[in-house]
Amino acid sequence: MTLWLAFSLMTAAAIFAVVWPLSRGARGRDVDTTEIYRDQLGEIGRDLAMHRIGEAEAHAARVEVSRRLLAAADAQQESTLQPGAALRHRRIAALAALVLLPLIAGGIYLLLGSPNMPGAPLAARLAVPPEQRSLASLVSQAEAHVERNAGDGRGWEVLAPVYLRMGRFDDAVRARKNALALNGETADRRADLGEALVAAGNGIVSVEAKAAFDGALALNPKHEKARFFIGLALQQDGRKAEAARTWQTLLDEAPPDAPWAATVRQALAELAVPAGSSSGPSAEDVAAASKLREGERNEMVRGMVARLAARMKDEPGDLDGWLRLIRAYTVLGEREQARAAAADARRALGNDRDKAQRIDDLVKALGLS
Amino acid sequence: MIAELGHYALVLALGLSLIQGVAPLIGARRGDAALMQLGSSTALMQFVFAAASFAALVACYLMSDFSVANVFQNSNSQMPVIYKFTSAWGNHEGSMLLWVLILALFGALVAGFGSNLPATLKADVLAVQAWIGAAFYLFILFTSNPFLRIAEPPFEGRDLNPILQDFGLAVHPPLLYLGYVGCSIAFSFAAAALIEGRIDAAWARYVRPWTLGAWMALTVGIAMGSYWAYYELGWGGWWFWDPVENASLMPWLAATALLHSAVVMEKRDALKIWTLLLAILAFSLSLLGTFLVRSGVLTSVHTFASDPTRGVFILAILVIFIGGSLALFAWRAPALTQGGLFAPVSREGALLLNNLFLASACATVFVGTLYPLALEALTGDKISVGAPFFVLTFAPLFVPLLLAMPFGPLLAWKRGDAYGAAQRLLAAAAVGVMAVVIVLIAEGGSVSLAPFGIGLALFVMGGAVTDLAERTGVVRIPFAAARARAAGLPRSAWGTALAHFGVGVTLLGIVAETHWNAERIVSLKPSQAVTLRHYELTFEDVVARQGPNYREQVARFAVRRDGQVLATLEPSKRSFATRGMTTTEAALLTRGVSQLYVSLGDTAADGALVVRIYHKPLVLLIWLGALVMALGGALSLSDRRLRIGAPKPAAKSTLAPAE
Repeated sequence: MTLWLAFSLMTAAAIFAVVWPLSRGARGRDVDTTEIYRDQLGEIGRDLAMHRIGEAEAHAARVEVSRRLLAAADAQQESTLQPGAALRHRRIAALAALVLLPLIAGGIYLLLGSPNMPGAPLAARLAVPPEQRSLASLVSQAEAHVERNAGDGRGWEVLAPVYLRMGRFDDAVRARKNALALNGETADRRADLGEALVAAGNGIVSVEAKAAFDGALALNPKHEKARFFIGLALQQDGRKAEAARTWQTLLDEAPPDAPWAATVRQALAELAVPAGSSSGPSAEDVAAASKLREGERNEMVRGMVARLAARMKDEPGDLDGWLRLIRAYTVLGEREQARAAAADARRALGNDRDKAQRIDDLVKALGLS
Repeated sequence: MIAELGHYALVLALGLSLIQGVAPLIGARRGDAALMQLGSSTALMQFVFAAASFAALVACYLMSDFSVANVFQNSNSQMPVIYKFTSAWGNHEGSMLLWVLILALFGALVAGFGSNLPATLKADVLAVQAWIGAAFYLFILFTSNPFLRIAEPPFEGRDLNPILQDFGLAVHPPLLYLGYVGCSIAFSFAAAALIEGRIDAAWARYVRPWTLGAWMALTVGIAMGSYWAYYELGWGGWWFWDPVENASLMPWLAATALLHSAVVMEKRDALKIWTLLLAILAFSLSLLGTFLVRSGVLTSVHTFASDPTRGVFILAILVIFIGGSLALFAWRAPALTQGGLFAPVSREGALLLNNLFLASACATVFVGTLYPLALEALTGDKISVGAPFFVLTFAPLFVPLLLAMPFGPLLAWKRGDAYGAAQRLLAAAAVGVMAVVIVLIAEGGSVSLAPFGIGLALFVMGGAVTDLAERTGVVRIPFAAARARAAGLPRSAWGTALAHFGVGVTLLGIVAETHWNAERIVSLKPSQAVTLRHYELTFEDVVARQGPNYREQVARFAVRRDGQVLATLEPSKRSFATRGMTTTEAALLTRGVSQLYVSLGDTAADGALVVRIYHKPLVLLIWLGALVMALGGALSLSDRRLRIGAPKPAAKSTLAPAE
């Protein structure tokens, strides 16, 4: 609305520039062109007074200039202005300003302009709180940053947990590897890489992941995350007693307010439950262990998941989409939703045994069944 | 919203220019003062809108509003503010908007300050000015619109071409455009005179300040561009006879000629038709320069982006304005009253000689620049006309021009005394000849043109001094009287002498730089040293630095002379990730007006660094001379007094026709 108001004011100003001189009527008096020659005559006088030119030269110059002065005066008389001549022309000009100007300007502008598109200055884009920005835009911003500063490992560190949240596990692994290569080896980075590898392996601590955790422990034998995942590896190998021992030590040494303590305790508790009820590692563990704070970021992940769910209604044949959706629900702790999604997926993919099998595998791996 | 306001302002400016192009013309034919007055008010308002439009674009750049496609393509939120500002015209669309803004500015200046102009002349000038404006508004809106938007604004822009990320971009294009577009005023005056069918000495008087202003801007703009190329491109050269450089040199030559011929017209009412033609040619060459650079015919740093439709559009503008004005000239010029007659040996004769040489020099540059293009268009053969051609054709035209230059101001109007002038120039000539001899001896008698170049430069400078000495009479009359005469001397006389002196200074710089330039290209490892002339450079180390939007490898050199450390030079290579480009930043050490120039080449596998080192004696004089010339122009421009030559009673038998 303000835009159109501004446009109207601008148009009015433009029209004013045309109509104003027309309304003022004509000034009949023109500039005196003979003035220049009078000045030139004066100059000759000054030159003569300063002895810069001789008497004879001054005379000749005066004659020459006077001749020009007379010619200019003659010409001026011929071209005396006629005030108030041809009112018709002024009316046409005024009409052109009032009608043609808005028509031309409006026409061309509507053809080329985008009046409804808001501006997007940097400050405004940055002022939008992160949770209101779409996850995709946050990620693409971070990706653009990383792309521009190929040598900046920090960017990869920021991106990695976001990828993890979005279920882009392979990207998360790549980001962790880059961070490791660019920023140097630390126990944290090793363990983070392992964690990403576990996520990419659907919760299985692969050989590569185990190597990463071992690397972290080599650098820092007390590293909590690495010790937790080593325990998980032991559990998956069926060495439950060792797993229980590892986790128990971890708990014993933990500060009382350790945010991950609950996860470890739960894992310990599940370890005590007879086999079958919890055959695999839970993705909850993975999520909790990653130490990402819930809350504000959860909100945006929920939005993303809702969009994914909507998309799956339209494209029920997309296996990867279903897998991601089930994982996402599990990560958010909405196990009922995850089960429902798994059921939907089985229905949608029912006639493709291989795909249905993948869904069943995931459900098992996530402990949803 | 700001972008849309700018867009609409541009459209309104187009609408106003259409009215401004028609109503005042009708008013001038009908003698309707109100319609003529319309030209002024619309010109002022058109400038307001053009300025608003440009301001909107600049604002979008400063705010990194990537919903504007032009901003997204040519800037980046991480650039320093100065480059965000300058990148507004560091691209095709923005630079065309700047072009048209300056055009509107000149129109507004004529409207605002042209109160001494006859109403009909002013109305016609503004109308012609509006046609040019309308053509360029249409061009911008339909082929090069900087206000087109992107629905989903990307997060980061593509950055400005790294070579343009320099302070030079803040100065060079605006000045050059002031010069190019300033020529449009002389063009509009010429077209108006042809339309009116009336031209007199007063006309030359009206045009003079505009031409002078445009010429000054062009002079400094070209010099600035040359210095920028010198330090940014890393090769130590300051003029490459690149077609784009030539495109700016041609209007300069034509404007210089125009400046001189207009003086003849003002003082003697002669050379009128030739002056009109020069005014048309100067602007036509400016348009041609714009066309060459903008159409994509040439590929260089200046060709930001090329697009065939733009080329066709600019070609159409070119044909309409150059063809139209020349046709108007052919039709109306014969009807104009011929000017006076004059003798070959006189001030006006000397100015005519100057015009002949400048016009010929301009023609050679024209041929050298356009012939390869025409040949390629016709036969597909690619040839390159390089420096040798220009040196062989341009120099022989300029040497006699410079030899004759000191004589001009010493000759009287109407009938000069060549012998007397020569006598008065004896001192200057002696200085020149002495310089030749001294340099010859110093050089050990080796065969080269350098001593003569130095001699010529000193003769030119001496000639300018002689001119002033003669006018003030400082040698002949008592000092107090001379001082009084100096105070009474019109500023344009000082301006002439200063500008001519500047030509000599530039020539001195050119000759010295070309002849005594020393160069070494060496491969260095840290702590190795190299000597060039009396300077010793030690390569200390390479450090990495992070700039706002680039990373740079800085090599540090300690410069010693006689064992004493003078300075540390830090040439560098910057890599810009967004565009994946690397630029070379040369390091300069200025000693007096000479410079030591260090530029980095590639790094070898064994860690050795290739370094180019130049010692350039008196090189700064090249650009200082241009500044002196422009200063002379400014002095002359500040002279508001109208003067006339003091003709001697003429002897009819020696007169020759003016044209």
